[in-house]
Amino acid sequence: MSTEQAAQSCLAANDWICGEYLRTRSQELTDATVQHIWITVVSVLIGLAVAFPLALLARAKPKFAGPVLGLTTLLYTIPSLAMFSLLLPVFGLSAALVVTGLVLYSLTILVRNIMAGLDAVPEEAREAARGMGYGSGRLLWEVELPLALPTLMAGLRIATVSTIALTTVGALVGKGGLGNLIDDGVQTTFKAQVLAASVLCVLLAAVADLLLLGAQRLLTPWTRIRTAKGTG
Amino acid sequence: MGVVADAWTWLSTGSNWSGESGAWHRLGEHVYVSGVALLLACAIALPIALWLGHLGKGGALAVNISNAGRAIPVFAVLALFMLTPLRSAGYLPTIIALVLFAVPPLLTNAYVGMREVDRAVVEAARGMGMSGGQLFLRVELPLAHPLLMTGLRTAAVQVVATATIASMVGQGGLGRIITAGFNTYNTPQVVAGALLAALLALLVEGALVAADRLLDPRRKTARSVSSAASVKSLSSVKSV
Repeated sequence: MSTEQAAQSCLAANDWICGEYLRTRSQELTDATVQHIWITVVSVLIGLAVAFPLALLARAKPKFAGPVLGLTTLLYTIPSLAMFSLLLPVFGLSAALVVTGLVLYSLTILVRNIMAGLDAVPEEAREAARGMGYGSGRLLWEVELPLALPTLMAGLRIATVSTIALTTVGALVGKGGLGNLIDDGVQTTFKAQVLAASVLCVLLAAVADLLLLGAQRLLTPWTRIRTAKGTG
Repeated sequence: MGVVADAWTWLSTGSNWSGESGAWHRLGEHVYVSGVALLLACAIALPIALWLGHLGKGGALAVNISNAGRAIPVFAVLALFMLTPLRSAGYLPTIIALVLFAVPPLLTNAYVGMREVDRAVVEAARGMGMSGGQLFLRVELPLAHPLLMTGLRTAAVQVVATATIASMVGQGGLGRIITAGFNTYNTPQVVAGALLAALLALLVEGALVAADRLLDPRRKTARSVSSAASVKSLSSVKSV
């Protein structure tokens, strides 16, 4: 009973850390986290789906490389609050607005990393594959892409982590996931809510980064074998 | 598009530019806060990064700080500041948050720039009898210049962009025009504010690209080097 009272008084006292808050509002926190995750995942996946053909186009037709890189870099310069506001007349107050903004930002990192990864594929590897009779499609899928994967995955990690941080700004239109809780918390000076949502947001970024790192290790087993031999 | 026309009407109405919440005042706040933050960030990050780069120590630190920097949501940091006594300290919460976000790209790019200087060149300079100070000023710093400027550009654009977020927690700057428009359901004002903020960010980027070209100590010969540097800049990242 006394612990119950102590716990309740932490809400009344507006403490930064409050177990009672986490217990009574766990549903709210879960919902916000789920929204945060799906907005991030959808944005990064669409970003990849758009960035990949753009990078291939820029590589195949060098005259497109300048404009593609220039345009995506230009988009990156636009402040997120301004980006979401400029998309407002097109999408209204919707999750599509936030996702579109995040996709546009992710393009800069993804296009550059995909291009850098493909550029770094050794010419000998390409020649060898061509000599073995690989067509350009098979060359891309079976030789170039696997070799470009470490750079590509590095870009994917950067894009994902910064998208998770940027999603909070979506609170402007009420689709910010954990950002919504932060926004509410500031308006009502609710310390426990702001701290909990902020910490969850950073944790989410750390977990996503680790998961992608794990995926990269699973997808590129040969890089580990080579380093193991090299050191041993 | 009707909205763009309405936004233009908002922008060309003189009364929207004057007074405490007018565009001129907001622009002034934005430039002041961004400028102070960028100067402070340079004063903190550059001496440390250049010194560590000269010594060749602390590489893991420089890279890890940059990695951690991009995971932290600006909005959350500002929100946390606004619930502390800092809230009554004028522009201070925004300035501190902006410094926090400008330091990682400055630190990392300056450090990497120093470390990527060809070791053979450094050895040759030593062999010619250059002291540590001469080596730093005449060899390492000029060769690190392209990446140093990339870091400065990233930091400056990031600072100008972050300063718009300040309005979401009630601090000043151009973002206030946007959030004020949201609160009064005034979409033309929202779009007008967004156009101003985007334009300012693009202007800053453009001005720094021009400054970069003019200041490059090896501007005749360095084109190929700085294009390599621009590919490297993919490691510097937006967190706003």
